[in-house]
Amino acid sequence: MDGQVALLLAQDGIVNGAVYALMALALVLVFSVTKVIFIPQGEFVAFGALTMALLQAGRAPGTLWLLLALAAVTLLVESVRHQRGVAVDWKSTAFWAVLLPSLAALLVLLLRPTSMFGQAATTLLVITPLGPLVYRLAYRPLADATVLTLLIVSVALHGVLVGLGLLFFGAEGSRTSAFSELRLELGGIPVSGQSLVVMGVASLLVVGMFLFFERTIIGKALRATAMNRIGARLMGIPTELSGDLSFALAALIGGVSGLLIAPLTTVYYDTGFLIGLKGFVAAIIGGLTSYPLALFGALLVGLLESYSSFWASAFKEVIVFTLIIPVLWWRSLHSHHVEDEE
Amino acid sequence: MTKRQLTLLAVALLLVAWGFLPEFTITMLNYIGLYALVAVGLVMLTGVAGMTSFGQAAFVGLGAYATAWFCTAPAGAALFGLSPGSVALPWIGLAAGLLLSAAVAWCLGAVTLRLSGHYLPLGTIAWGLSLYFLFGNLEFLGGHTGLAGLPALSVAGFELRSVRELGLLTWAVLLLTLWALHNLLDSREGRAIRALKTGRVMAESMGVDTARYRIKVFVLAALLAGLSGWMYAHLQRFVNPTPFNLNIGIEYLFMAVVGGAGHLWGALLGAALITLMKQYLQDILPSLLGSSGNFEVIVFGLLMLLVLQRFSDGLWPSLARRVNRYLKAPPAASKGAGDALAQRPLPERGSVVLDATAVSKRFGGLLANNNVDLQVRSGEIHALIGPNGAGKSTFFNMISGVDDPTSGSVRLLGRDMRAQASRVFAAVGLARTFQHVRLLGNRSVLDNVALGAHLRGHSGWIASMLRLDRAEEAALMREATRQIERCGLAPQLHETAASLALGQQRIVEIARALAARPSVLLLDEPAAGLPYMEKQALARLLSQLREEGMAILVVEHDMEFVMNIADRITVLEFGQVIARGTPAEVQVNPKVLAAYLGGADGEVTP
Repeated sequence: MDGQVALLLAQDGIVNGAVYALMALALVLVFSVTKVIFIPQGEFVAFGALTMALLQAGRAPGTLWLLLALAAVTLLVESVRHQRGVAVDWKSTAFWAVLLPSLAALLVLLLRPTSMFGQAATTLLVITPLGPLVYRLAYRPLADATVLTLLIVSVALHGVLVGLGLLFFGAEGSRTSAFSELRLELGGIPVSGQSLVVMGVASLLVVGMFLFFERTIIGKALRATAMNRIGARLMGIPTELSGDLSFALAALIGGVSGLLIAPLTTVYYDTGFLIGLKGFVAAIIGGLTSYPLALFGALLVGLLESYSSFWASAFKEVIVFTLIIPVLWWRSLHSHHVEDEE
Repeated sequence: MTKRQLTLLAVALLLVAWGFLPEFTITMLNYIGLYALVAVGLVMLTGVAGMTSFGQAAFVGLGAYATAWFCTAPAGAALFGLSPGSVALPWIGLAAGLLLSAAVAWCLGAVTLRLSGHYLPLGTIAWGLSLYFLFGNLEFLGGHTGLAGLPALSVAGFELRSVRELGLLTWAVLLLTLWALHNLLDSREGRAIRALKTGRVMAESMGVDTARYRIKVFVLAALLAGLSGWMYAHLQRFVNPTPFNLNIGIEYLFMAVVGGAGHLWGALLGAALITLMKQYLQDILPSLLGSSGNFEVIVFGLLMLLVLQRFSDGLWPSLARRVNRYLKAPPAASKGAGDALAQRPLPERGSVVLDATAVSKRFGGLLANNNVDLQVRSGEIHALIGPNGAGKSTFFNMISGVDDPTSGSVRLLGRDMRAQASRVFAAVGLARTFQHVRLLGNRSVLDNVALGAHLRGHSGWIASMLRLDRAEEAALMREATRQIERCGLAPQLHETAASLALGQQRIVEIARALAARPSVLLLDEPAAGLPYMEKQALARLLSQLREEGMAILVVEHDMEFVMNIADRITVLEFGQVIARGTPAEVQVNPKVLAAYLGGADGEVTP
């Protein structure tokens, strides 16, 4: 390996690491607010990428039908809850289950945007409401369950979504056209405009999330809910909305990640799973709680993957996923008193 | 008919029908048996011990590949100086597969099981994926094409060539496993395993090394998976990576959860349901959806969501309830003769058994305990009192090993207990109750109390599985019954702990602590929630224990109760000792009066 190759691999690793960082961010967010270990996070990535590909091909993506179906079921479930005397927050329900799905349907079926950014926005509009709807249908009825039960739900949901992905998009992969056709030479190595877009958007999202959590009242309310749910509720924070919001952010981040990687690599219906899991390895490095450590972990995973694809390409997945073992071992050194599971 | 008779009848019917059932049914039964073997490991892991694994398919793969390699690679046979094709090779493969499974499970368990519960399943996802990629990329394991040409198994000279013959082995192994696990759960070790799910802190205080038990359960589940893989390989006669990937690992978990993750037979029910559904769905879904693919996972996933939301215990309990109506209850276990439990001699009356010197505990900026000295002597009741927030519970946790002091020393029966876990305190001779009751709510009072006597029994897992522990078990049960009777809860012996009133649950905790035959008994607010008469009974019980020579330290808010029974009292306020002495001395101490009556957060008898 000469210096040039090393730099190329580093570039590759950082670009992939940026996507894993977004995954890790979403996973830490969802886990800290809702205790859900969100295995299906990666499915949003594949859904985002493949929805964009179908829009570019001028076809209506199956994810739209999924969105409309989930919205209808959610409305049904909320009405039943209402009938049974549960206080239903109709404002947020209307937003996630009526307004956004209708807008998405309008865009996909009637307006059919042709510009790149119009299509990207449409994709995000289809993907983002999937988050809160999935949360309400799959997780909310189990809000008091253990982390373990919620994890099993996540795995079941992952199965459902991957199966639906195959149904919607078929077994063939797709690649979309790049957001930037730019080609640069930096210090003697070629850099594609798309990788710059990936890194730029990822950094923007990370900074945006940071500002959201540090500076806005909603962000602070989410953090409060994450730290102490009952305490937050006593302070008047509507904690049940925090689930909607964190899942919406997770879906949005997933959709954006899908848009970012689709021009770089061929995305299949099940590609998202591996991407999401690598985000998990990163998030676990941060103990599922620390954002900065998770970002660091994501870069580590990206670089490890890109260098191992050079040295032992057949074993790159083995190497990346085996990284989790020493990480867990390192974390276990810091805990020696037994605690009961919540 | 009793449950046992029904089970035996079903097994007998299966055996009789085995020769006549059509080939296809036998094949399905064979797979159901193999899958159920894996699923029952997951039942132990998930429903009983509160952990889970998505990577069981990878352990099945280890078992299958180990035997495949030894049976097909000339190097494998040469390793043991055997000729290729020797009938001993599958058995070497079995040993290797089990060894590998156990070793991997132990390593995975050792790095994850001291962390929160969700790290093990996440670790198993990574492990399940890695192993699948590894199988597919290793030359000597045939890559993605796999290894072919495995011989048929031969057991004691009989070659198990057909599915019908091999199925007998599969089901014999499965039924024996169910029997052994049923025995294991119905034993001293089983009680400790059941405590892993919701009562780890409590189990540690009873002397159970919960991390070790968790690893053992995980290894057990991996061994069952490896065993299933071994039979699977000799059924298929070839192996490739596909049946061992993560999706299949997830399917195994579906089986356990849908069937009923807390019940051994639920594994069989789940395996049967999922296997038959998969067969059916793979036939109809492609024609329904117009393309082929792994669509049954959509249905399985939705089914799983439904089960988790609506029948969180799986389908087995509903089925069992229906059948149980027609069954006779099993005859009550006879008390039977058995050895008496070893009695630890109590320390000499008046000697210092628990000695805390200059104990301090700091939580960040808060000094919860500041240089607390406290001595408890055998044959006395010592009360620790103080207003809310005085640091009593913190102190309790430090003298029972639940937490470590920041500085200072704790000596128990002359031993320095620095940095020792609470199970070591239990082993030395301390038993405690908890302020927030920690019982296994869905187990009987008897079971809960018997857990207290954990360290007085010695039978291991194998002995329990083979029912070699019955004499000891009878002695443990007798001891638990004796303590329950002594505490006045005999009528509630077989009721579930959660059905008792809170005050009674506190008494169960005391009975559990007494079952350990401790030298030092720590009671955290034992009288809270008790009606007057029962408070009197508790006071009589404690006096009696004092006469026997036990050392008792009690934290209590009920002043009348404390002043009546305590020999000496230590008063804490803001983490510091403000007074100590006999009840009469403490009652007139101006600092104590100020703390209780003068302070803004003062509290008198509730």
